[in-house]
Amino acid sequence: MSTGATGFLQRYEDAVGRLPGDSALRAAAAAAFREAGLPGGTQGRRIEAWKYTSLRPVAEANFQVSPRHEAETLLSGLTLLDAPRVVFVDGVLRGDLSVLPAVSIARFADQPDFGTLTWPDREPMVALNTMLATDGVALNVPAGVDGGIVQLVSLSGGQGDFHPRHGIRLGKGASLTVVEVAAGQGAYLLNTVAEIHVAEGAHLTHIRLQDEATTAFHVSTTYADVQAGGTYDSFTLNLGGRLSRTEVHTQLSGPNATAHLNAAQILAGSQHADFTTVVSHAAPSCSSRQTVKNVLGGRSRGVFQGKIAVARHAQKTDGYQMNQALLLSPDAEVDSKPELEIFADDVKCSHGATVGELDAEQMFYLRSRGIPDAEAKSILVRAFLAEALDAVANETIRGLLETAVEQWWERQKA
Amino acid sequence: MLDIRGLTASIGDKPILKGIDLTVPAGEVHAIMGPNGSGKSTLGYVLSGREDYTVTGGSAMFNDADILAMAPEQRAAAGLFLAFQAPIELPGVNNANFLRTALNAIRRAHGEPELDAVQFLKLARAETKRLAMPDDMLKRNVNVGFSGGEKKRNEVLQMAILRPKLAILDETDSGLDIDALKIVADGVNALRGPDFSALVITHHQRLLDHLVPNRVHVLAHGRIVRTGGPELAKELEKSGYAGLIAEAA
Repeated sequence: MSTGATGFLQRYEDAVGRLPGDSALRAAAAAAFREAGLPGGTQGRRIEAWKYTSLRPVAEANFQVSPRHEAETLLSGLTLLDAPRVVFVDGVLRGDLSVLPAVSIARFADQPDFGTLTWPDREPMVALNTMLATDGVALNVPAGVDGGIVQLVSLSGGQGDFHPRHGIRLGKGASLTVVEVAAGQGAYLLNTVAEIHVAEGAHLTHIRLQDEATTAFHVSTTYADVQAGGTYDSFTLNLGGRLSRTEVHTQLSGPNATAHLNAAQILAGSQHADFTTVVSHAAPSCSSRQTVKNVLGGRSRGVFQGKIAVARHAQKTDGYQMNQALLLSPDAEVDSKPELEIFADDVKCSHGATVGELDAEQMFYLRSRGIPDAEAKSILVRAFLAEALDAVANETIRGLLETAVEQWWERQKA
Repeated sequence: MLDIRGLTASIGDKPILKGIDLTVPAGEVHAIMGPNGSGKSTLGYVLSGREDYTVTGGSAMFNDADILAMAPEQRAAAGLFLAFQAPIELPGVNNANFLRTALNAIRRAHGEPELDAVQFLKLARAETKRLAMPDDMLKRNVNVGFSGGEKKRNEVLQMAILRPKLAILDETDSGLDIDALKIVADGVNALRGPDFSALVITHHQRLLDHLVPNRVHVLAHGRIVRTGGPELAKELEKSGYAGLIAEAA
């Protein structure tokens, strides 16, 4: 029997008195989820934002509490940075596996804070998270402080469904680098919601390395608000998952705020990965940059939806969006949907999309030098990805992502 | 070394090579000259296995092996090298990594141990120095942002490192100044020996002053219309191809 929307709602009803935090907010989220259902599910309403990604397989899965798995083994198999880490196993913070950072952290389980930016009424998966979230972490960097690097590691297993709720708050002029790594084993659902506040002149670098089991479902929704002169610099690398959706909403609220929403997705087999962004230019002289690259093999499908909304008073907006896809197989598919909604009259906004196969001349050049076909392909694909990874300024972190890509290649060969 | 008999090839429905007979013995350098569109570059591409050309007849034996039946990488492993007329840019691919990958692929095919990064750099630095190339050429992306002359020299660098048995140089001299031309010619001359042959496609006598060929062939309308010694190139420089082609027709 599948869990479906009904199953999730039942779970909420059963737990309702014991869930931490604002119960009215949870009740409202439950009502919204009841109304919306799972996008693509049989009872789900049709939602334009989910046009290219159907959660029918999520609706049809039977999620259940799974026996404890060896999180330690999974953790030791991961390549991580030599930096503080907050480790979640099946959605629950594990202090014994974590190396806590110097910056102030609070557990959602102890101090539940749903934030102010999310839209449970518009986003069914955010509603589901709001309904069922029990743990997560809030990182708080005071004004003027450099919080260094913090890794948020999520290890999942079995057939469970997990709904972590995170908050990141940077005071004026503060800086922080957050590296999220998600991995696991099994046919689980990880449905994360994160809310981010970047105050004036603060700088948050946010890396997501999604390397889930290829039988798993991964949904990650981020809401970020960036104040004057602040920067939200994010890079997402999607390698794993049977089906993944990474959704980032960024609001540039003060003048000269900057958002980078770069991503690369490398897929094989019948994987499906969706990278969806909404950038709201709500103040003048802000800039947003998005370079999204898809490398698609097998029967995989990559989706990029990028919306840039420019408010009437957001003059001198500079928005750039580029989506490039490399199709390695005739059965792979990419859907690209740029959307510009501009109400100001003095703006610079551009977008472009390219879809192609490997260049035949480049392939011949490499092979004519003795490099076998498969190796030549991998050289050209890596070169294609290198440009995307160049957006990651920190060399150590770029190295971590490059290692993940190399390991992905090794797995494809095996 | 190379023995081509009655080779015909086309691109799409259009025949380009209409019956090439050509033998290049081991240790010899042969020049191929001829007007634009006569099939010179096509011959180089067909021998190195470019897929958009279809071989419609004839044979090409390379050290007694049927190279036309091999994949491009197998031809390279067998010792064939084509210096491209317009070298291809590979954005995002580091020149040193590219060269080491190529050399190691060929060494692997021969059952020889691969070179590590340090061993390779030592070899590559020695060759770049000999070819008067700046060191940073190894660090840059393959042919990206290279001047015309740098691209040609990069082809010669690849040849010097991969050490082929047969090099086909497709207008490697075009776009080079006199100094660069001499460097390129010296690069090829350095490889000359009993186990090395070259097929030099050129429009100009100039390169052949430095890289003196054993034989000169004139290709026109997909056929070799005349063969001679080095003096034939000098004659062509003076009189042009028109008379020769008319004579052959």
